[in-house]
Amino acid sequence: MKKVHVTTNVNGDQVEFLADPRETLLDCLRNHLDLTGTKEGCGTGDCGACSVTLDGTLVCSCLVLGVEAEGKKIETIEGMASDGELHPLQRKFIEHAALQCGFCTPGILVAAKSLLDTNPDPSESEIRFWLAGNLCRCTGYDKIVRAVQDAAAEMRGAA
Amino acid sequence: MSVGTSLPHDSAALHVTGRARYVDDLPVPADTLHLAFGISTIAHGEITSMDLSAVRAAPGVVAVLTAEDLPFANDVSPSAHDEPMLSTGTVHFVGQPIFLVVAESHLQARKAARLGQISYKERPALLTVDQALAANSRFEDGPVIWSKGDAAAAIAKAPRVIEGTFDMGGQEHFYLEGQIALSVPNEGGVTVHCSSQHPTEIQHKVAEAIGTHMNAVRVEMRRMGGGFGGKESQGNALACSTAIVARMTGRAAKMRYDRDDDMVITGKRHDFRIHYRAGVTDEGRILGIEFLQLARCGWSMDLSLPVADRAMLHSDNAYNLENIRIESHRLKTNTQSATAYRGFGGPQGMIGIERAMDHIAHVLGRDPVAVRKANYYNDMGDGSQTTPYHMPVEDFILGALTERLEASADYQARKKAVADWNAKNDVLKKGIALTPVKFGISFTLTHYNQAGALVHVYQDGSIHLNHGGTEMGQGLNRKVAQVVAAGFGVDPGAVQITATDTGKVPNTSATAASSGADLNGMAAKAATDTIRERMAEFLAREHQAEPAAVRFEGGRVKIGGEDMAFEEAAKRCYQGRVSLSSTGFYATPKITWDRKAGRGRPFYYFAYGASVTEVVVDTLTGENRILRTDILHDAGNSLNPALDIGQVEGAYVQGAGWLTTEELVWDDKGRLKTHAPSTYKIPACSDRPRIFNVALWDGPNREETIYRSKAVGEPPFMHGISAFSALADACAACGPHWPDLQAPATAEAVLAAVKRARGTV
Ligand code: FES
Ligand code: FES
Repeated sequence: MKKVHVTTNVNGDQVEFLADPRETLLDCLRNHLDLTGTKEGCGTGDCGACSVTLDGTLVCSCLVLGVEAEGKKIETIEGMASDGELHPLQRKFIEHAALQCGFCTPGILVAAKSLLDTNPDPSESEIRFWLAGNLCRCTGYDKIVRAVQDAAAEMRGAA
Repeated sequence: MSVGTSLPHDSAALHVTGRARYVDDLPVPADTLHLAFGISTIAHGEITSMDLSAVRAAPGVVAVLTAEDLPFANDVSPSAHDEPMLSTGTVHFVGQPIFLVVAESHLQARKAARLGQISYKERPALLTVDQALAANSRFEDGPVIWSKGDAAAAIAKAPRVIEGTFDMGGQEHFYLEGQIALSVPNEGGVTVHCSSQHPTEIQHKVAEAIGTHMNAVRVEMRRMGGGFGGKESQGNALACSTAIVARMTGRAAKMRYDRDDDMVITGKRHDFRIHYRAGVTDEGRILGIEFLQLARCGWSMDLSLPVADRAMLHSDNAYNLENIRIESHRLKTNTQSATAYRGFGGPQGMIGIERAMDHIAHVLGRDPVAVRKANYYNDMGDGSQTTPYHMPVEDFILGALTERLEASADYQARKKAVADWNAKNDVLKKGIALTPVKFGISFTLTHYNQAGALVHVYQDGSIHLNHGGTEMGQGLNRKVAQVVAAGFGVDPGAVQITATDTGKVPNTSATAASSGADLNGMAAKAATDTIRERMAEFLAREHQAEPAAVRFEGGRVKIGGEDMAFEEAAKRCYQGRVSLSSTGFYATPKITWDRKAGRGRPFYYFAYGASVTEVVVDTLTGENRILRTDILHDAGNSLNPALDIGQVEGAYVQGAGWLTTEELVWDDKGRLKTHAPSTYKIPACSDRPRIFNVALWDGPNREETIYRSKAVGEPPFMHGISAFSALADACAACGPHWPDLQAPATAEAVLAAVKRARGTV
């Protein structure tokens, strides 16, 4: 099938790539833009390892076509730290040991950031249910929830 | 001292920024080939014809290989050479690889793999343990039987006899990163990058597959996105396929199962049926007990024999059983070849006796914890108390540990509160349970209990560490680096950990059986000690002092009045022509094991723990929630409490998942219907216990393990049993009858148990 030229913005940078119209955004990010921080855990929208935001909305990039990114703004895990400075969520995930194999971590961080962007003071249940679409097989989630709570508190200036 | 501190995972900073590279993230040559298997669509039969022309004609396809095209060995079995990589004419399960597609892209390979036209002569498929038993389809000639005392006689004399049958499901590993391998051809052979717990076995199988010696194959393994036992043998097929193609074409080859293929092709935890018959006193003390264990092993042997052995080895769990007989059948069925999974049969064996305990307590109307304690081994026994396999139990601590957990979890008061709640509420019923864990540490295959490490100190004082263990998220590299840093008295940041590499440390064992830190920590310590002793000897000579007087601490080396930075000491030793590189080796002491006789000391020591779980069940729908979990777990002198607590939490949730939501369903044609996360439910964030208190027991290992720590990967998995027991307790609150809850306790299974308790079935 004829490739389509896509121009989009990823983590603040204007980028272009050629995509097969059937290719997922996940594959485009990983294979055409070398942004391999976004992971494939299932390819069917059930695990959240591929989470990115598209114009501010949290999406599973395995369910979005690369060509849909035309003219949009995408944020991935690679854009979360700015100028070498870790985002508070990233710092808290390290501090709380909220990761083991790390494969789910980028997706969970992107999802958690999108929660805190709209709800800076989420309850424990809100965090739990917001992240219910992000599977983690290693940690049992407790440290993840605590890390998100702690980061939220710090970002509100309450820590 | 770096040992015993809660340092983060060595890759944590890479994980949170997306820079940690897994195999699929490695840059590959532009002409890399991508592979996929064409698989069997029937459970058992002969291939009568195979038309692969559509596969070959599909876009991007470069080659299609069948068994005849394989140049050397066609075998990916870790044990009995009974597992052809590509079918040789007979198919044994739905999902068995038949042909291999080589294409320019991953998607092209996958699409083409669906186009094969294969006709079969179908044969009857054995899908269940009943069918396999009836057909006498098994591994080994007959059942394995171990015994101690005379169970039948003791049961015959007992005041009460309690008997039941318990079915438990298997479990999909669901490592978030699926199986993957990448082979790159080089001058003499091939370099394989893979996601594997057992690089040496990959090296061995690849060498057979490409007709070389092991020295022509180098396997590199930096990290896995989860393993849990599922990457002990199940990656062999991908590594061998890519290596064969790389050798044939001279191009790099990569193979990655997508999630459906992964779940359909690879083996899972063994499902078991356990029948128990116990003769007990009126207080619930077991006088004699018999177990019949039926393990569904799938189509090839894989690791089923040691898995089934370990189930037998844990059928006592925490209880001193004088008269016991265990009969184990390893049944061969037309399903995926069941494989290693965290606990390796231990959880299945253990839940057999825990289930019996609950049943006994129910029949006698006694507190299940009191019944358990009445049967416990004695704390720190003198060696006269022995397991069913005649091993003295000398390090038992569950008496004291249980007492402390009962207090910290407020068990008795909450037990009463649960009863009060249940008396007042008809729809929502609560349940609570406390269950113990005693888990044997060591590979039951004795020769696996060895490890190697390689340590270099560079002339600038920086340290390079390599060992045979693999990092799958458990933090092994961090722990071993802490051991090395402690040996040199430097900051762990000074120790650079590198990918597991068969070219650096050879003949390694699988990182499995929870043994990673025990074995590799000791090997790395041996290497560190060797270098440090050489350094001390040289520096002592320079200062006319005794080597023992040289101290390595706080990043400094102190000798007599002089105090220099470790860097300076390294530089001086280098200039003094001292070798600053050493291998280290370790073999676990004390173990001897005769598996045929069921006698010996298969384990160096036991790891212990106990947990209390409280649940609530909706008796109208069967839905349920974990309300609170308290765990007290024995990691000896923990090398890294943060990592160990993380292991305990993750293992508990995974164990509870196995026994609750994770249901594998095969249809009557042998097709796995739950082959994606849409239908196979691992616990999600919303399922985590509302209150989750995890603490580590504070006693050292009585054996001389690495800094007196204990292995922690598998033992806490079995704390999940308390979630299951609590659900059974809630069901029992619905009526006078034994609810006979089966696992996994899905909402459906809970509803059935509620009905049985009420006597309305
Ligand atoms: S890979 Fe997209 S949700 Fe799992
Ligand atoms: S840390 Fe391994 S899946 Fe979450």
